[in-house]
Amino acid sequence: MTTMTIAKAITNGLAKVLESNPKSVLIGEDIGKLGGVYRVTEGLQAKFGATRVIDSPLAESGIVGTSIGMSLRGYMPIAEIQFDGFVFPAYNQITTQLAKMRSRAEGRFGAPVVIRIPYGGGIGSVEHHSESPEALFAHTAGLRIITPSNANDAYWMIQQAATCGDPVIFFEPKRRYWLKGEVDLENPAPDAFRAQVVREGNDATIVTYGPLVPVALAAAEASLEDGRSVEVIDLRSISPIDFDAIAESVEKTGRLIVTHEAPTFGGIGGEIASRIAERCFHSLEAPVIRVGGYHMPYPISKVEDQYLPDIDKVLDALDRSFAY
Amino acid sequence: MHESGDMIQLLNSEGERTANPEWDAYLGDVDADMLRQFYRDMFYTRRFDKEATALQRQGQLALWVPLRGQEAAQIGAGRATKPQDYLFPTYREHGVALTRNVDFPQMLRLFRGISNGGWDPRDNNFHMYTMVLAAQVPHATGYAMATKMDEADFSPEKRAADGTAVMAFFGDGASSEGDVHESMVFAASFNAPLVFFCQNNQWAISVPVEVQAKVPISQRAQGYGFPGIRVDGNDVLAVLAVTRWALERARTGQGPTFIEAYTYRMSAHTTADDPTKYRLDSEEASWIDRDPLVRLEKHLRDNGLGDEAFFEDVSRGADEMAHRVRQEAMAFPVPRLEQLFDNVYAGAHPLIQAELKQHLEYEAGFLDRPESDNTDGGAH
Repeated sequence: MTTMTIAKAITNGLAKVLESNPKSVLIGEDIGKLGGVYRVTEGLQAKFGATRVIDSPLAESGIVGTSIGMSLRGYMPIAEIQFDGFVFPAYNQITTQLAKMRSRAEGRFGAPVVIRIPYGGGIGSVEHHSESPEALFAHTAGLRIITPSNANDAYWMIQQAATCGDPVIFFEPKRRYWLKGEVDLENPAPDAFRAQVVREGNDATIVTYGPLVPVALAAAEASLEDGRSVEVIDLRSISPIDFDAIAESVEKTGRLIVTHEAPTFGGIGGEIASRIAERCFHSLEAPVIRVGGYHMPYPISKVEDQYLPDIDKVLDALDRSFAY
Repeated sequence: MHESGDMIQLLNSEGERTANPEWDAYLGDVDADMLRQFYRDMFYTRRFDKEATALQRQGQLALWVPLRGQEAAQIGAGRATKPQDYLFPTYREHGVALTRNVDFPQMLRLFRGISNGGWDPRDNNFHMYTMVLAAQVPHATGYAMATKMDEADFSPEKRAADGTAVMAFFGDGASSEGDVHESMVFAASFNAPLVFFCQNNQWAISVPVEVQAKVPISQRAQGYGFPGIRVDGNDVLAVLAVTRWALERARTGQGPTFIEAYTYRMSAHTTADDPTKYRLDSEEASWIDRDPLVRLEKHLRDNGLGDEAFFEDVSRGADEMAHRVRQEAMAFPVPRLEQLFDNVYAGAHPLIQAELKQHLEYEAGFLDRPESDNTDGGAH
């Protein structure tokens, strides 16, 4: 066991990928000498060379499109998009090309490219630097979408993404980059596409992922004062979603809160609420309650704390659930 | 060098060979047999196009994308490549496909609604068709970047002989897409062994090239720092020479080249299109005189390179090919929906598994579940 930040855990995970697979390459803007604007790729170009860690021109469609081409030649590219809000020039390549390569090839081959995207708010930045576009990608079949919430997962999940054989969007919770945690360098974390119960409880379940996992844990802790035992599930995988893990928890607790930073409308929370309502109808003591962003562009940073789900909003949702 | 808007032509509209020492150097091996082969290629391609158009009109294909008029551009480019080269087409490159030994009936699986691909690109290094315009051009660029990594330890001699070059095919319309721009930036930045092959057929459906480009499209390459060249796309020899030159540049580490093959789409954009709404009969008539197939036929006849028996043989062979294409296309088995669940992900996926189970249970509820129908192309 060793302690490191989430950012450093991803760096070390990427180094493991580059070491173990000579066909793996990193590509993105500023990832080489600078080490990325968040320094996640710091030191990797010096260690692996400029042909393995490629500083690309500033062109997101080009970054993803050339990654697809490299994968068709047998390489394993891990591309970096600098910020969530900048992924859209590459949206076409991701959704019409990357996601569909395997189905167009009738299963003969795919394009197992990993795309790393720092996402989410709470960093006090300007527009298009704080968004959570995961639902937009989750709607597209052919992609896998995962997000770690702690250093151990960050270290292992990036490696699992690079070996799963499918295209993966790896969302990195940027406001948690500096969150430290223990990493077990010997024993792999559980399968990246399965959820994990990160706190056990009996009275209600909170499902969340990425940046809001610490918020959910804090809300569960605070709930003890009200005599409530709250279970917290870290989804980890947004596509596919581990509905079995959620259903198992809800059948025990009878109440479900889903929270994410992305707008509530049309979000992942709605998918979970609907599926769990259908599957666990007789176990639910209250409707599934969602806590997410409003239907507005991600707000200016001076008021983002009013927008982001925080402990109080989650506690309020629990109160509403228990009021039924 | 070769960066002007001037158009390279070696075989004029009358089928007369014009000497050009610089470009003739790339045609030293072109003998009578090869010329006859090019004619056969072009004739078969046109015959295939005609048959596919007929199949669409008969309701057997959902759509067809005709290429009449572009045969010389495609055969000249395709015949310039080596087996190790990898080609990324758009969706109109049926002639290039022929040169890469893709069996014609396979080309119809996409349009018959049986596949979104059709053939295994790894068999002939000819990628699947791409419906989203220009999306394959960055793929070609990345592929070319990867070949360079693969061949990093090649000696200059080995690279010149065995090196891999990559070609990206797209049209004048697609040249307006950002993906072509980004690809040219990446290709230049990484000195990729790539040939951009733009078939300027004058029309992006109904929008003329004048709306897309204020200067010859080939001149754009200068801004990216590599040569751009305009060639008479209806002259198979000029296209062959210029493409060989560009591929040689790629193979010898000189980086990307942009070729604009100046040609004309003599038929509709697709079978859903009506060119009479947007272009004049006089324009179409002016291009009939430049028909690439007629031009090569004149050349062969005028120089005693093809007798009547040859032309009859080509025609008969093309008809037999068309008959086979029709028979095989009509006999393609239609996969059942459940087979498509297998091709979404490489690894196990719980949602796919759950939805497949749900689908099979629903289907099993019908007593008279129909068997897969091999002859009906479905709901076209």
